[in-house]
Amino acid sequence: MSSTVTARERAAWGFVAPALIAIAVFFAVPVIAALLLSLTDFDIYALADLKNLRFVGLQNYERLLTNPLFWGAMKNTLWFSVLGVPLAIAASLFAAVILNARTVRWRPIWRVVFFAPYVTTLVATAVLWNYMLHTKYGVINWILTSVGLPAVDWLGSPATSVPAILMFVVWKIFGYNMLIFLAVLQTVPDDLYEAARIDGAGPWKQFRHVTLPAIAPTLLLVSIISVAGFFQLFAEPYVMTQGGPAQSTVTVLYFMYEEGFKWWNLGSASAVAFILFLCIFAVTMVQLWASRKLGGDHT
Amino acid sequence: MKLRVILLNVAVALIGLIVLFPLAWMVSVSFMSTGEAATFPPPLLPKVWTLSHYRELFVDQGMGRYMWNSLALATLATVLALGFTVPAGYAFAKLRFRGRDRIFQMLIGALVIPAQIGTLPLFLMLKSVGLVNTYAGALVPWLASIFGIFLVRQYALSIPEEMLEAARIDGASEGRIFRSVVLPTLTPILVTLALFVFLGSWNDFLWPLIILTDQSNYTLPVALAALSREHVQDAEMMMAGAVITVAPVLLLFLALQRYYIRGMLAGSVKG
Repeated sequence: MSSTVTARERAAWGFVAPALIAIAVFFAVPVIAALLLSLTDFDIYALADLKNLRFVGLQNYERLLTNPLFWGAMKNTLWFSVLGVPLAIAASLFAAVILNARTVRWRPIWRVVFFAPYVTTLVATAVLWNYMLHTKYGVINWILTSVGLPAVDWLGSPATSVPAILMFVVWKIFGYNMLIFLAVLQTVPDDLYEAARIDGAGPWKQFRHVTLPAIAPTLLLVSIISVAGFFQLFAEPYVMTQGGPAQSTVTVLYFMYEEGFKWWNLGSASAVAFILFLCIFAVTMVQLWASRKLGGDHT
Repeated sequence: MKLRVILLNVAVALIGLIVLFPLAWMVSVSFMSTGEAATFPPPLLPKVWTLSHYRELFVDQGMGRYMWNSLALATLATVLALGFTVPAGYAFAKLRFRGRDRIFQMLIGALVIPAQIGTLPLFLMLKSVGLVNTYAGALVPWLASIFGIFLVRQYALSIPEEMLEAARIDGASEGRIFRSVVLPTLTPILVTLALFVFLGSWNDFLWPLIILTDQSNYTLPVALAALSREHVQDAEMMMAGAVITVAPVLLLFLALQRYYIRGMLAGSVKG
């Protein structure tokens, strides 16, 4: 008996070992190495000869915290998240709620249509939106001017570059959250809406008192995923604006890329990566804490 | 009541229009002759339909090569990812081994760490073994998918224990059971996972941008990004390039969307 148990245990290890080794070597080791690397001055000279590598302690972090370009990237990333997360969630929740109505025709088709942009290649659709946002020939300014509004220099002005990119991002990703919301909405019992209607609640009151409480945990999950996603914007500014105009779309990850692979300051770039992680982690913790706090008030 | 129904349907159709219009316009502009898109008001359909931009992309810009790179990498990534994650996902669900639950909890905890953190050391590691600018280097991040293991495990939990026991009593080895009993029952989630990895690898940008330094190794997104920096003014050609990049994955998704959506909802812990 014990020999078959060990044989089975050996087989189990055979199944998990390749994956665990791959995760250890190509994920865990690099992440830990990033922390160590961020404490060194690894740069293009160390890349040529490892003897030039020095341990510098927290110097990279100190230098970043006094670097206005880094703070600019932090500020821009914060703007993207503060504006983008509520916008994206509102759009996806709105789409989910109306698509959940049984009187809407062709619901399965619309569901796929709304989701389609999410699977498109980011770089390709960023190129597409670059053209849609073109100051002179873009379709968005055409719509604006044909209803009598002034044309906007979307990607050419620091005041509108972030909203312009957000327009594209929301178009691209809202279907993802929408699907998750739709799945949850389908679990809300019809009797609850029926009861609310009998009590004389209109659509808004039904949404406020039946839908919202039912989807609250999902709302939290989606907001956590969204914050992490918006903190990691990279390809959008890389393709659409190259960080411009006037550095207004340099995100933290874009800053890390330039620091690492344009200037080859890999030590400093690793410090950026770590600060980014700490920020995501901190925001997630705050969200979880807030939800527990709010949940506690209700009960 | 009737009015509400009409309003809802109009609202849905309006969102549908906003979602589809950019993609439809991209296709339309890609068939316009050079310079036609740079007029105001922007034309909705080409005056004369032309394939010249597609021809130029493939003949002069080497798009065929980039497409081949994308296809080869996405296919290999899919095969490798399945090979690594499926046995592991099954073992975490159905086989007993020491430390199983603790290891699994650690993996789930690691999901909060964004992969980008390890990007720079991973690049240095691969550079030291000479894998920069190779397919192998581009494939490395796709081997280790915690999310894939999680997805397979969730699905494998529903395999009836009796089925495995019966096979064991018949004297089948664990490997044999995995191949002839487990894999067939896992087929739907295998399709789902394959689709996730294929689309993910095809659409990926940051890693191929870093690791594939030589232009002849570029994937479609990297090539398109490079092209768009040189040919900003050439809207028609850029749209043709975007169509070539987007169309394969969009069609694949439309054909298999059932599987994709099921997997997304099963694993909505992480996207």
